[in-house]
Amino acid sequence: MAGGVPAPVVVRVQREDFDAAAETARLTAGSAAAGAVVTFTGLCRDEGGRLSALELEHYPGMAEAEIGRICRTAVERFSLLGIAAIHRVGKIAPGGNIVLVVALAPHRHAAFDGASFVMDYLKTSAPFWKKEHFADGSQGGWVDAKDSDDRAREKWS
Amino acid sequence: MTKLVYFAWVRERIGKGEEEIDLPAAVKTGADLLRHLKTRGEEYAHALEHEKVICIAVDQEHVEHDETIAGAREIALFPPMTGG
Repeated sequence: MAGGVPAPVVVRVQREDFDAAAETARLTAGSAAAGAVVTFTGLCRDEGGRLSALELEHYPGMAEAEIGRICRTAVERFSLLGIAAIHRVGKIAPGGNIVLVVALAPHRHAAFDGASFVMDYLKTSAPFWKKEHFADGSQGGWVDAKDSDDRAREKWS
Repeated sequence: MTKLVYFAWVRERIGKGEEEIDLPAAVKTGADLLRHLKTRGEEYAHALEHEKVICIAVDQEHVEHDETIAGAREIALFPPMTGG
């Protein structure tokens, strides 16, 4: 943490959309020590036209707390200068934004690793669940957790 | 009384999002809690059928099934997470 100033950690869970450029600008403003910012946005896929929407449920309180814990771990581990993680809930149509992670660091490797670390942990440890809604009007099931997401997380331990 | 909260298909199968229950003294761990709840009815037995996949959080922090739940104000049960 440059100059003893705590790195900003921004965590939000919200129904409304986010503006990746605005969030990035807010995080980088005033951080002259930063040489790299990585911005990741996760989108809703249409799964080959099959899907009309994903509905995201969360555990209010714990979702924010868990993302906060993950972000603070990332700041510590990669010496980030700032991190923002914003996750949407509710119904999201294909093409819509689901999640945003912005990682700010002195150099690019820490920024890439920080963003990747936060996403890998968020997917497996933050209490969110996706339900599919199909284009033909029927309601699909809950999305199953993927082993590949567990493996992605394990590479950091 | 302990507040229990349920999410996603655990919530749908049990048929409610939350409830307050008195836990017997013998229920000391997360695994004990799952076994106890499964005796409360078919809907619980169905929701918690595959015990190992159920995630448990005590006061909004993840715990392992063999960890104590003593003193918990709020215990959450939910399926593996699929956010991001």
